[in-house]
Amino acid sequence: MHTVVCIKQVPDSAQIRVHPVTNTIMRQGVPAIVNPYDLYALEEALRLKDRYGGRITVLCMGPPQAEAALRKALSFGADDAILLTDRAFAGADTLATSYALAAAIARIREDMPVDLVFAGKQTIDGDTAQVGPGIATRLGLQLLTYVSAVGEVDPENRRIIVQRRAEGGVQVLETALPCLITVLEGLNEMRFATMADMFRAARHPLTVWDREAAGIEDITKIGLKGSPTVVSKVFAPRPRTTRAELIEAQSGQPNDLADTLLAKLFTKHPQLGRQIVRRSS
Amino acid sequence: MNEKFDAIVVGAGPAGNSAAYTLAKAGMKVLQLERGETPGSKNVQGAILYSDALERIIPDFRDDAPLERHLLEQRMWILDDESYVGNTYRSDAFNKPPYNRYTIIRTQFDKWFSGKVQEAGAMVISETTVTDLHMDGNRVVGVKTDRTGGSVYADVVILADGVNSLLAKKAGFHPELRPKDVALAVKEIHFLPEETIDSRFNVSANAGVVIEMAGKITNGMVGTGFLYTNRESLTIGIGCLLSDFRKHGIAPYALLDKMKDHPAIRPLIEGGTMKEYTAHLIPEGGYHAVPPLYGDGWMIVGDAAMFVNSVHREGSNLAMTTGRLAAETMIELTADDKPMTAKNLARYHEKVKTSFVMKDLKKYKDMPKVLENNPQFFTAYPELLNRAAHELLTVDGVEKKAKERSIRRSFVKSRSWTGLMGDAVKLWRAFQ
Repeated sequence: MHTVVCIKQVPDSAQIRVHPVTNTIMRQGVPAIVNPYDLYALEEALRLKDRYGGRITVLCMGPPQAEAALRKALSFGADDAILLTDRAFAGADTLATSYALAAAIARIREDMPVDLVFAGKQTIDGDTAQVGPGIATRLGLQLLTYVSAVGEVDPENRRIIVQRRAEGGVQVLETALPCLITVLEGLNEMRFATMADMFRAARHPLTVWDREAAGIEDITKIGLKGSPTVVSKVFAPRPRTTRAELIEAQSGQPNDLADTLLAKLFTKHPQLGRQIVRRSS
Repeated sequence: MNEKFDAIVVGAGPAGNSAAYTLAKAGMKVLQLERGETPGSKNVQGAILYSDALERIIPDFRDDAPLERHLLEQRMWILDDESYVGNTYRSDAFNKPPYNRYTIIRTQFDKWFSGKVQEAGAMVISETTVTDLHMDGNRVVGVKTDRTGGSVYADVVILADGVNSLLAKKAGFHPELRPKDVALAVKEIHFLPEETIDSRFNVSANAGVVIEMAGKITNGMVGTGFLYTNRESLTIGIGCLLSDFRKHGIAPYALLDKMKDHPAIRPLIEGGTMKEYTAHLIPEGGYHAVPPLYGDGWMIVGDAAMFVNSVHREGSNLAMTTGRLAAETMIELTADDKPMTAKNLARYHEKVKTSFVMKDLKKYKDMPKVLENNPQFFTAYPELLNRAAHELLTVDGVEKKAKERSIRRSFVKSRSWTGLMGDAVKLWRAFQ
């Protein structure tokens, strides 16, 4: 089984700041990390490899510095890493990004058939959740989004069963391979690479593809040219004015705390008490 | 299968990076191990970069290192509760390249430095904690890490794991840090537009100002405060001996808040938005606290070896210099085909001793003790100096002789004649 995992290097959004004057994101000094959802995707691919064998190729589009993200993926146990980098890709929105990544996966397929493509449900910098579905659509792959657990895979009959989070419950779905899966947070815990893996990752030759190497001829489909999205205005949200309130009870006992909390709630929202009384009666 | 390197450098701060870079540049097979998520992610400094120390390692660092402002002006303030007396040195000679000192933001600078180390050919592995040393008798032959199959071997292990060198402690090279040998410093970075900083500090075109502060801001504790101008932000911080924080029961952040509220400081940082809050230990034990620097198969560099000149607020340059000297020692021994025994590595100690590093530490060897035992330097004197200035500068019809008399009396009343003499002698001796 050959799995491709799409990863993206993103600024650590926990440490990101907005420039107070220009309202642009200040990337300087903000550490770059692998998009956390993509790590769940990678770990899920690694677990399938542990169970069924096969190969994992990680694919990343980004500037040359994104090499660090790929080396990290290699240290966890990916077999190959491809960096898709070209100035022509700069300024890509989700449409252009999915075009480039789909082209690269099509190129990968020429050397070795791809059974599964994994991606995180979304990136923490763009938050669109569009690139995974975009790739699936362009490549004609079955698409499973918001997957919370990967179940059985039947390589023989080329079937896979997953759990998918949906409104009001969990769907258990079966589909045919090849397919693309975007995964949710928390469905696994990332492994801790061994020292040997760290050495292998540091030494592994990285495959670097520019536009031509990825087999992309139409430059109107990639980068800024291929991106119809227009950012018309950027603004920082107004800071919240209402503050959290710390409720203290004299004794510190749970019962007293609960009583104090309820008293506060009912004083503030008298109709709440009336409703509860009405329902219970 | 276990890997073997020429050298393993533990830690990716200024000392470790200098050592790893110098060794790799000389063609050595180097492994650098860093505990943090990325090199630099755990590092904290004021921060001022002293060009000289880095120039001796990377001569053309100015071409691409992320530097904030070169320093044009240095102010030294002695603060009372609502005033300060101070002196300033500003010279256009500091405004001409090559600049001697810069403010830097360490996360950016360390990323750059680590990039250089990797370009030079060292293997840098992060998120890996060295948990112990591999010993063969008395000889260090490698390290153990927290990763599975985590043993790695080398001819020399260079300990550059910072102020609280757990490794040196565990190996018994270094006693447990004493609270009076380390300062706890806290700092904040406040964003302000470049133009605001330029006009507020009377500078332009990437020139910057340093303000070093002592006096009542430390609440009687041994310590100093500082304010540095970065390109688009100000760094403000304060540090005092850990033992004093404990004794006085003051929270570091409260001390910093109080300092920021000082009437001379508040207007300088006004309107800024806080971007970052960090805290770190600084080894300030000085000369007497420096541990043995080498042994069979190991050397210790930078903060881990207590190389900080607390009087002149220098540390990173001592770290870079000792990192380089350790590397050069190893390169020379390799060239001479000599084994990395304690006897041969003693050459590193010699190099440190004859460099400014040990000479400066030796010059101030009694300073920590003098300051620790004489809190008046942080309380009574700032008050006396400020009141004297106030008295002299207030024009109120009192004759100058009477003013001088009253100032003299205030000094004698506070410290007594013998006390004043004693303090002068103590301070003079400590500076010798």
